[in-house]
Amino acid sequence: MNVVAALVAVIGMVIVVWFGVGVLKLYTLFGVLVPYAALLTFLIGLIYRMVNWAKSPVPFKITTTCGQQKSLPWIKHSRLESPANNFEVVLRMALEVLAFRSLFRNLRADLRGRKLYYGSSKWLWLGAILFHWSFFIILVRHLRLFTYPVPGPIKVLDAVDSFFHIGLPHLYMTDVAILAGLTFLILRRLVDAKVNYISHASDYFPLFLILGLVSSGMLMRYFLRVDLVSVKEFVMGLATFHPKAPKGIGVIFFVHLFFISALVAYFPFSKLVHMVGVFFSPTRNLPNDNRRVRHINPWWEGVPPKFLTYCEWQEKFKEQLEQAGQPIDEDCYKEKKS
Amino acid sequence: MYNSDKVIPGIIIFVLFVTLPIWWNHGKSVAAPEPELPKKGRCVESKEYMRSHHMQLLNVWRNEAIRQGMRIYTSSDGARFWISLQNGCMKCHNNKSKFCDRCHQFAAVEPYCWNCHIPPETKKFKAPKASGLLKLFGVPPVLHGSSQAESYGHAEH
Ligand code: HEC
Ligand code: HEC
Ligand code: HEC
Ligand code: HEM
Repeated sequence: MNVVAALVAVIGMVIVVWFGVGVLKLYTLFGVLVPYAALLTFLIGLIYRMVNWAKSPVPFKITTTCGQQKSLPWIKHSRLESPANNFEVVLRMALEVLAFRSLFRNLRADLRGRKLYYGSSKWLWLGAILFHWSFFIILVRHLRLFTYPVPGPIKVLDAVDSFFHIGLPHLYMTDVAILAGLTFLILRRLVDAKVNYISHASDYFPLFLILGLVSSGMLMRYFLRVDLVSVKEFVMGLATFHPKAPKGIGVIFFVHLFFISALVAYFPFSKLVHMVGVFFSPTRNLPNDNRRVRHINPWWEGVPPKFLTYCEWQEKFKEQLEQAGQPIDEDCYKEKKS
Repeated sequence: MYNSDKVIPGIIIFVLFVTLPIWWNHGKSVAAPEPELPKKGRCVESKEYMRSHHMQLLNVWRNEAIRQGMRIYTSSDGARFWISLQNGCMKCHNNKSKFCDRCHQFAAVEPYCWNCHIPPETKKFKAPKASGLLKLFGVPPVLHGSSQAESYGHAEH
């Protein structure tokens, strides 16, 4: 089963790290070589994907729209639903990326008896927004492990996130939120038969991988604990290319590090590239100005096709048109007066 | 490549964002802090345990002392300690700025304990300054019944 395969892969990773670091003491392999290799794969892989996308021609302007396009001055134009220029495209894209605007229109379809019903369904939007925003905030907050002196805004973010002062060290709100979001996203694929049917191992694997990453991080902060000063010394060494062999850091840290390395290395080759892919989607990154600006098909570059006017075309196929009883446009044979 | 005027800046921003930890520190590694340890004696628990778990221990202490009235802690090896931040930890670690703060600055944590608890370095106490808000509503800076009530606020009787 797809779920089982993905789950086994993630649990297998924990066993590999536990064996490699806990038993064989391969600190340099798991602490230095794997993270560097993963980061390189991430950077090179994503740049390759971006350049590859940028090289692909877009033959037609295929903006998706769901509003009135800009036309005559007295017709109200929907700036977000049918952007007419680059500024409006940027506006729509920003809302799409930051607020998942199109997902907000998500509908559900249910068969009740023999009737098909459609209804509003915001749960996916809520789960996705919880998950993505928490992930981003946690990522930014992690910069306190990578920088010294730590920039003020990151400290502020940290203080706001642990605002409720629950326990010591304080419970972060985003930790609760990302767990809630992830749980929903996983349950959705497991419980909803329609989604379950179309879910592959490559859908479950990123979810379980990120769940593993988050749980190992939370275990490390709230339960097992590691010596954070040694961790920061080690992480700063990695970030400044003076890697030191980590010492006295618990295996749970290496599990966390292995999960993030795996995630990052897997990124360019999986569905996760939607992070950069969204900016390259021709349906979203083009203004809907087909009627004002002519979109030149890039296929024609260097080899412009020979165009025919209607009259030339009619002349070419005159015989066939007549045989088929099609009307012939007589205007083509009149002397031009002007 | 199409639209290279937009794609290339995009790629540059992406790379800068991902490599932020690398260029932010200018490639300079920072030495780990060296908190000044008491010359002799032992801590409540083992050194390794304290380094990673002291905040959790403090939380247990706080709850035991305040909620259960339990003011004695028995460590994992059977030694007994008074449960107290100011009269426990800070009696041995009697320099907050050279001990606690060195690590905390490095790790960018600012425990809020010292809003109320008093670090050993603080010797003098100053009377709190009257805030503008108090003045605005005519509240005397020191209220009746406090030790300094004699010098203020008498006139109102
Ligand atoms: C009886 C004296 C004493 C008390 C009370 C005490 N400590 Fe310690 N602490 C020490 C000594 C001595 C060391 C050094 C241990 C060693 O070198 O093995 C130490 C080490 C530590 C360390 C590790 C520092 C390092 O860099 O290795 C931390 C953290 C710490 N103490 C925090 C606390 C906290 C928090 C409390 C209160 C809950 C506390 N200590 C109470 C004496 C004490
Ligand atoms: C070996 C370095 C070190 C020393 C010495 C040390 N701390 Fe800490 N302390 C830390 C680190 C690192 C954290 C942050 C842990 C985290 O965020 O997971 C921390 C966190 C805390 C917290 C929780 C703060 C929060 O907002 O989460 C408290 C309370 C605390 N320390 C008290 C003390 C006191 C009191 C002393 C001095 C007696 C002390 N510590 C000495 C390293 C140290
Ligand atoms: C709002 C003010 C306030 C803050 C903030 C505060 N405390 Fe306290 N704390 C008190 C008071 C009041 C007592 C009660 C003193 C008593 O009954 O002995 C106390 C008692 C304690 C005690 C047990 C008694 C003793 O003598 O120390 C511990 C341990 C303690 N606090 C730890 C902490 C730690 C650790 C922090 C920071 C994470 C903290 N407190 C933050 C007000 C505060
Ligand atoms: C190289 C990258 C990373 C390193 C070195 C790292 C390291 C750490 C460390 C040391 C902690 C414990 C913090 C503490 O005790 O206060 C932690 C916590 C955590 N990590 Fe990571 N981490 C990395 C990436 C990530 C990523 C990408 C995520 C994504 C979600 C993540 C999720 C978490 C979570 C949820 C916690 C729990 C505490 C918190 O929210 O800060 N980590 N990580």
